[in-house]
Parts: sequence; C-alpha cells; structure tokens
Amino acid sequence: MTGPAGSGRLSPASGSAAGRLWDCLPLSDGERNCEVTPEELLYRKTHEWVAVETDATGAKIATVGISAFALEALTDLVYIDLPEAGRKVNAGEPFGEVESVKAVSDLYSPVSGEIVEVNSALTDQLEGLSEDPYGQGWLVKIRISDEAALAELLDHAAYQKQCQEEMADE
Amino acid sequence: MDAPQSRTCQTPLYGWHVAHGAKMIDFAGWSMPVQYTSIIQEHEATRNSGGIADISHMGRLRFEGSGAAVFLAELLTRRVADMTLGQIRYSLVTNDSGGILDDVLVGYYHNAQGQPYYLVVVNACNRAKIVNWIRQHLPPERAEAPGQEVLFTDVTRLWAMLAIQGPRAIDLLQPLIDADLQSMKYYRGRQVRLLHPAASRQGGIVSRTGYTGEDGFELALGAQIAPAVWEVLIEMGGPLGIVPAGLGCRDTLRLEAGMPLYGHELCEKTHPFEAGLGFACHLAGYDFPGRDALREIAGQPLRRVRVGFQIDRRRPAREHCDVYHGDQKIGMTTSGTVSPTLKKPIAMGYVAPEFAAPGTELWIDVRGRKEPAHITDLPFYRRKNEKK
Repeated sequence: MTGPAGSGRLSPASGSAAGRLWDCLPLSDGERNCEVTPEELLYRKTHEWVAVETDATGAKIATVGISAFALEALTDLVYIDLPEAGRKVNAGEPFGEVESVKAVSDLYSPVSGEIVEVNSALTDQLEGLSEDPYGQGWLVKIRISDEAALAELLDHAAYQKQCQEEMADE
Repeated sequence: MDAPQSRTCQTPLYGWHVAHGAKMIDFAGWSMPVQYTSIIQEHEATRNSGGIADISHMGRLRFEGSGAAVFLAELLTRRVADMTLGQIRYSLVTNDSGGILDDVLVGYYHNAQGQPYYLVVVNACNRAKIVNWIRQHLPPERAEAPGQEVLFTDVTRLWAMLAIQGPRAIDLLQPLIDADLQSMKYYRGRQVRLLHPAASRQGGIVSRTGYTGEDGFELALGAQIAPAVWEVLIEMGGPLGIVPAGLGCRDTLRLEAGMPLYGHELCEKTHPFEAGLGFACHLAGYDFPGRDALREIAGQPLRRVRVGFQIDRRRPAREHCDVYHGDQKIGMTTSGTVSPTLKKPIAMGYVAPEFAAPGTELWIDVRGRKEPAHITDLPFYRRKNEKK
C-alpha cells in the first residue's frame, strides 16, 4: 500500500496494540483465529503479507492480506474494494483499494497469477481486517503463474526492520 | 542565515501532542496533530460530549486605533463599522475581481484596560497572503494618518487558540472563566479572566464559535500559559467524556456540518455567491477590494453552486472527482469522506445551477469508476435544538 500506511505513527515502540494483533492464541479443535503466523510470512514493501501453500493439484496458492503494522497506521477503515475471482493480476499492480476516513490506499499484488478466491465477507465486516489481519482479515487467494516475484518479497525480519525505519523517519 | 520559512512551525502545545502519541502531519506549514486515537472516536466524542482541539495554527491579526474600524470595513466584505462590543461576524477577504482570498472571523473586543480592538482570525494556509494584502492596503501614510491611526499586529505566535466543542463544552469551560457562558450568544465573545491557577491570573478571549456543527467555544490565550491550561482542560474533560481532538475529526465534523474549507470549497477563483456566502457580502457600504466586481457578478446568473452529495453505495468520493449527469460533465467534488455520524459517503462540491436541486440524481467519477449519487441539502448533520 502507499499513502498513510508508510507515514503512520504506531503506539509505543514495540507496539502493544500491534503485539496483541500478532498473538495467535491456540484455540480448541482447529478453531484458530489465525491461519498463519506473521513470522512465517513474506511481505511486500507496500505492507501486503503473503502466505504460499501448494494445493492438491500442485499449484502454488498465495494468500494475501495487509500487515498489522499498516492497519494500525491507517486506523478508521471505512471501505474496502476487492476484485472478482477470475481476474488476472501482475506482481506490483493494484488489485484493490482500502479507504480510511482520510484517504484511499491502493493494494498491490505481491505475485502474478489468477485470483481464485476473494474474502468478500470483509466488505461488511471491516473490523475483521484490523482485529484479525492474519486470519479473518485475508483479502484474496491468487494461483501463482510466475514465481519470480516471490524472490523480491521481504521475510519477517526484513519487513520488521523496514517498519522500524518508517517509524523512525517520522 | 538559515531560511526560517522552510522550517515547520510548532504551536505551544506541540510537545504535549508528541508526548501523547498524536500522529503529526504538516498542515499549512505547521506540525499539527491529525489524531490522538482514531478520527472516528474523536469525531463521535465531539458529537456526544466534547472535543478539545489545538487551533493555534490559525492566524490571529489584531487591529487597534481610531482608524481600525474603517480600515477593516474597506478590507472585508462584511460590515464592520457598526459592530457592537463582543460581536463576531463571518466575513470574506476578496481580491479586486471578487475572488475569495480567505474566509475569516472578525470580532470586536475591549482589552483589560478598556481599549477597543478588532481581532481577525484567518486560515493558517492564508496567513502570509493576508498579512501581505493588509500591508499592501496599509501604507505608512494610512497607518499613521492623524486621528485615523491603524495599529496592525500579527499576534499569531504570541497567542494560542483552543476549540472546545460539543454538548458538554460549556460544562468544562464555565468553571475556568469569570464570565457567564450560558448567556453568551452564538457569534459573541468577550475578554475574560481565566480562573484556574495554571493561567497565572491572565486573561483571554472566549467566543461562542466553532467549526464542528456543535455548540462550543473558542479560547484565545497567551502562548506561555496555553500548555498548562490545555492540561487542565484535558484532565477536567476526561470525566465528562471530552477528549483531545485532532485535525482529522475537525475536517469530518465541519464537512458533516456543511461548512466550507479554504483550499477545498473556496479559492481565489471562487466568488462568494456561488459558494453560498452572499450573506457575508455587504455591497452597499464601504468600498472594499472586489466590491464593484461583486456588484456586477450579483446581477448575473450563477455559473455553478456549492452543493452536498450523498453517494448511494459505499465507495467514497474525495476531492477533485468529476460529477456527471448522464454523459454531461456538470461539476466537481471539493471534499469527501465517509460520514462517521451518517455512516455513508458524503461530499461537497460544485454543480451547474440547473442540477443543484436536492434529490437530483447524478454520477461521480471516483478514480475511473462512476458511483451513483444525488444532491442533498446542506448541512448533512444538524444538532438537536439547533436553530435553522
């Protein structure tokens, strides 16, 4: 994302609120509130996270969301615009937009491929995005057609470093 | 020497904002808090109880001397010479062709020694421009004309200014002030003494004015005592549900209240009548810059008018979106957000007069996609018991 996400100030340095969002409490019987843990994810510089899995057919599927850091910086989400399943996307191109009270930010696809699933429930449940960014807050699943873009994504440590630099820049 | 104009100005409350985790932005050359918690929370608190905002960035210009009234009457679009003590008027400053240079509040007060003066509050983004405009119209021979002296002082940096807005604002402010606020009418103000020890027995100006659509007050006070008074207000406001409020909610509050913002609804190419501000132009009296042009414009049909839009779906329009009726481009938006009170996207802008009737259906081009919308009455929000 661009815009306010990069310039936002988070609450205290290590981020108590962000820390809470990042906790994945194990719940009973697969009732997990997070499908992924932030440490295992890849990140685009523009604050989208990616989890890559291989499906039954052997295709690589990227689940894409927005990082807790970016959501914390945005605050006041009022609208999200997501694409329809079936749309082809290229790495680095916008596939949707998220709006706060103040501004609109584009969502950039971290990979190239076809959108196979969309979390359309978010449209009416925007709070799911900030409350559970790595679980209920996922945005789209993309069947990857070209894995080259994966190499340009940041791992968790590199992404955290970028977030710390953005906070220090303020 | 370093170029001082390249540095961002800080209000006397800058340190407090930063220490309390405000998200700071550059606004018109000032480092200002956009929000402390969330814009929606601060917006709702202001509507339900109250919000306290640092508006020290606004320009405060003081005029004294026996020539001050006439000088201002020949500068501002509104009548000034007949103002009574404690009266405040919304006015415009226009250029020679009637375009809006700024929208301002002018108030007439007596200081603690009983000396009369006028205070003109201007937008932060226009302060330098208006100060230059004043200097241009106030050459030494005019400022020093015997018996008609005009003493002009830019007191912006010497004073701070706080907006205390919302239904509980009066409960918060009253105990700190030696004047009865209940009997103070809208658009009235007065020199007061601040009663709290933090104010070191200093005075200030309280006015029943604001930019939120709520009842409330604005308090101008000395820059040195401002941080202590601010802390007292925050501390005493807490139990009343009154919170610090940033510029983010100030914008959503004024937009819901249908109030124009300079740089959005108003600019030098806007004239007062199309902006719906004809009431602020007194064309029969003193000869201010733009008066003759405005007389001519007043006799012509309007090119466009300022209106409110409600967007029918959920995707909000922002400023600079084109507005269409069928295939015909008929206007443009100048501000837009999702209204925290109405939970719907709202916008302000201009359309050709024939499409300005409430209910008129149209389209807004929101970044390449047309969103259905319709014209709606301004304001979008009116508080209970507010006089129409």
